[in-house]
Formats: sequence, structure tokens, C-alpha cells
Amino acid sequence: MLIQPPPPLNKRPGNSFVKQNFSSDKAALAFLLLAMSYLALGLTFGLLGGFQYLLPQFLREQLAFQKVRPLHVYLAISWIFTAAQGGLYYYLPRIAQQKLSWPQGAWLHFALQLLVSASIVAAFFGGYFGGREYLEFPPFFGVLIALSWLPFVINFFGTLKPRFTQAPVYYFSWTIGIVFFYITLSESYLWLFDFFNNNQIRDTTVQWKALGSMVGSWNMLVYGTSMYVMDQLKGDQKISRSPMTFFFFFLGFTNLLFNWGHHTYIVPAAPWVKTVAYVISMTELLIFGQIVWKFQKTLSNAQKTYHSLSYRLLFFADLWIFLNLGAAIAISVPALNYYTHGTHITVAHAMGTTIGINTMLLFGSVFYILQLQKPNALERKKKLIGRGIALTNIALIFFWSSLIGSGIVKISGKLHNKAFAQIMEACRPFFKLFTASGVFILIGLTIMIGGAYRVIRIKECSSPLTKDKNSLLEMDTAL
Amino acid sequence: MIKLATLAILLISYLGYSALVYTKGTQSPLSITIEEQQKITEGKQIYQQYNCQACHQLYGLGGYLGPELTTAYSDKNRGEAFMRAMLHAGGNRMPNFHFSASQIDALIAYLKYVDTTASPIK
Repeated sequence: MLIQPPPPLNKRPGNSFVKQNFSSDKAALAFLLLAMSYLALGLTFGLLGGFQYLLPQFLREQLAFQKVRPLHVYLAISWIFTAAQGGLYYYLPRIAQQKLSWPQGAWLHFALQLLVSASIVAAFFGGYFGGREYLEFPPFFGVLIALSWLPFVINFFGTLKPRFTQAPVYYFSWTIGIVFFYITLSESYLWLFDFFNNNQIRDTTVQWKALGSMVGSWNMLVYGTSMYVMDQLKGDQKISRSPMTFFFFFLGFTNLLFNWGHHTYIVPAAPWVKTVAYVISMTELLIFGQIVWKFQKTLSNAQKTYHSLSYRLLFFADLWIFLNLGAAIAISVPALNYYTHGTHITVAHAMGTTIGINTMLLFGSVFYILQLQKPNALERKKKLIGRGIALTNIALIFFWSSLIGSGIVKISGKLHNKAFAQIMEACRPFFKLFTASGVFILIGLTIMIGGAYRVIRIKECSSPLTKDKNSLLEMDTAL
Repeated sequence: MIKLATLAILLISYLGYSALVYTKGTQSPLSITIEEQQKITEGKQIYQQYNCQACHQLYGLGGYLGPELTTAYSDKNRGEAFMRAMLHAGGNRMPNFHFSASQIDALIAYLKYVDTTASPIK
């Protein structure tokens, strides 16, 4: 029996209130565990980096910032796409109502992902770098990453066989996310050709172009996942099939394709590159905020209670969308961008998006899956996890504000022609605040990760459930 | 059908726009000799091998622990001599990477070149 009140029965097969077991579910949970391990490690290296801001000599020779930053960035990015992939391995069989087209492929993907990520981490520790933003590992790892994704791609298209004329918006979102990950990953290695490498302006512009769109590609994976979760929480597909949602999706896709130019205002490329970026601007968060906001209004109280952790996380993501939207609009105005670029205001935007939006949405997906798989175990940990969510978000407000603060100090320092060392000294109070709040973010997220980990580990009796018409159904699909 | 047509239009626009950015949008007015180019390429390679961008930015790409380097070469408070000293011995935050004299020359050549490309924004 479930502890919480049973939700109304939804007749549509594959909906959130019908528990089905697929053989690939274990692989999906393994991906989620791997993703959360990336997050825990990424946070730890992030915190070490924070201490290096405060104490320049801290681990300077043993584990310099030159190594700490790529470890932090790579692991944080890996958390995002691995958690999205884990969610998809869980959702795909339920959407298609059939087993994964290549169930062993999920485990092959898992093994490759583990091998590649362990090798990249080892390369960073060993001091082997490719030296490019985000992709700081030696270039051949880019090929390995592309190969490791192949079983996932085969399973996605083989299982879902997307029929785009009738498909809900998340089919589009996931497809675009996967296709553009490959396109942008390839584009980010164009520097290996002299035509790009020997021209700094071209190389920088293309690098910003590739990375800007690559962030958009994994955002598409995350947003597709959260749209699916919202659909399931709500119990129908009206939102994800509405013309308005598609309109905003295509606007978001347009942003993925063309808005990267707002990063290049300071690069002396042709002026029209910046004009195009400014016109299109960064409206992706606004678009998604509108969708989430509309969803909340239609969510019934009973459903909110049933999936309260997921709902809570979507609610916090909403708040961060609005905060980051303000920052995004401000820094996409060229006159302001001139000052904010190269300051921690840009980092505040990135951190707000990564932790406040993507991490909250991905945990929304993780706890939605655990609610389906192990409702009783999750119920027992709900209070603890809820505290972790609250602590993370409160600490993130201080973290985000401290980054904005140090950005403003840097702008002021540059306007007064102060030396870099003087600016860094003036930023110290804010560095203290962001390191301290970073500690609490680590604690908060560790509570959430630990809670999820224990729920996954607990063996829960899968006996159902009541037999009346409002009961939950459990089917061993045995696939 | 409208959705697929919209997707197709956007993708075609993206391909066309990418080709424009790669060529006309990022042409370089600088003329560099083959010898200079070799030294610059060597410097860029070292910059990447040592992951300098973890701490330093070029045109906004990179970390914030160290100073921005796009116009460091022509900065009257920094300049070549200051950069050579930092590359030779490190600093309060920067480790000593024990660069050879040839590596330092190559890095300086690269940073000088980057500074030249930034002339329009100085």
C-alpha cells in the first residue's frame, strides 16, 4: 500500500500511475546513479576551486586550478546529459509501450560512458589537456564521447521511431538535443583545421558558436524530459501538443541556432553576427518559464501532493528561470554586455542555469522515477530530501548574489583602471560568501543525492496495491 | 506538415548562416608570414596544452582566476616584459610551469598576435 492518498486512475496506458517494469529499468537507474556521482564529484572540485580563489596557495602545486576547473566543468556537464539519458532510458519503453530496441545497448552505453569519463578524469589529473573551453580534454576524447552516445541514439530512434506529424513537443526536443549535440561537438573541433586555427577571430567566433548551441542542445534534452514529466504529472498531453507550446518550442530552437552571437559582442567579427544575435537574443528561458507557469496553473492539488518532491523542484526551477531571465536580458544588451562580459556576472548566469534550473529539473525527473519505482522508500526519505532541496536553493541565492556582487566590483575596478590584483582583493568578501554558500550547496545536494541513492538501493516489495478501480496498477512487462 | 516545414527552413537557414560566419563573417585583414604563423601556432598549442584558459580569458573564453589576456601585450601596465616574468617564474596565484625559453617566446608570439587581432576593439 502506498502511504500517500492514491491518485485518480488515468486510463491512458503508460501514464504515471501505472507501474510497469521493463528490463531496461535497471540500466536507467544505473545511469541516474552515475549521473549523481558526477554531480557529487563535480561539486567537490567546484568547492576546491572556490577555496583556491580565497587561498591562492591552496593545492597550487598538487592540484592547480588548471586541473580543478576542467574537472568541475566536465563533471557538471556530464551530470546534466547523463541524468537526461538515464531518464530517457526509463521513459522510452513506457512511451513506446515496448522494450528498448537494443536493451544491451543501454548497458554498453553505460560501460562506455564510465570508461570515457574515468579516462578523461585521469587525463586531467595527469595534466593532459586539449585546452578548449568546456572541452578541456585532448581532442581524441571527443571522438570517444561521440561513439559512446551511439547506443543511446540507436535506442532512442529505434524505440521511439518518432512520428513528427503527431508527436508531442518532447519528441522534437529530444531529437533536436541529440542531433545538435553531434553537430555542435563536431563544430567545436573545426579548430583542428588550419582554416580555423590560424585565424583567431574565426576560431573564437566558431568556438562560441559551437558551445552556445551545444548548451542549447543539452538544454533541449533536459526541457524535453521535464515536459514529459509534467505531462505525466498532469495526466494528459494537452500542453505538450498545443500549438502555443510548439510555437515556443520553435522560438527556442531558433535561439539554439542563432543566439550564440551575444557571447561575441567583444570579438571583432562582422557586425551583422552581433546584430543577428541581439535581435533573436536569449529568450529560451522566458519561453520555458511560460510553459512551466502555465503547467502549474493547471496542476490539481491532488496531483501536486502525489508527486510533491517533483513539483517542489519544478517550482524552484520556475523561480530560477525568472531570476536568470533578468540576468540574461541584461547581459544580452550590448551596452551592458560590454561591461559584464568577462566578469562573474556571466558565471552567475551559468550557475543559476546549471544548478537552479537544469539540476532542479533533472532531480524532478529522478524523483518522479523513484516515486514510480519505490514509492514507499521515497516516502520515508521525503522529509530529508525536502530539506536538501530547501538548503540548496537558499544557499544558491547567496551564491548567485555573491557572483553578481564580485562582477560589479570587477566592473568598477576596470572603470577605475585598477590592477587585476587590486580588483581580486576588493572581491574577497564576495569570494568568501560564494565559497561559504558553495559549502552549503554541496551539503544540500549531497542530502538529495544521498536520499536518492538510498531509495534506489532499498529493495522494495513490489506487491500492489489495492484492487479497486482507483488502485494503482503494476505490470511486469517482462521485456 | 507545418512543423516539419518549419524545422526544414530553420535547418537550412542554420547551414547557410554557418557558412557565412565561417567565411565572410570572420575574415582576417592581417597578413602574417609563414615563419610568424609557425611561431604563433606553436604558442597556441602550448597555451592549450597547459590549459591556460582555465584561469585566463581570450575574448571572454576561459576562467576568471587570472587576468584577461586578449590585450595584455599592449597593456601599459603589463606588456611583454611583465608577461615574460610571469611565464618564467609564476606568481602568487599562477604556478611555475617551468617553461623553456623557446616555449616562452612562442607564447609571447601568440599573445602578441591575439592582441593585434583585437585592434578594432581597443
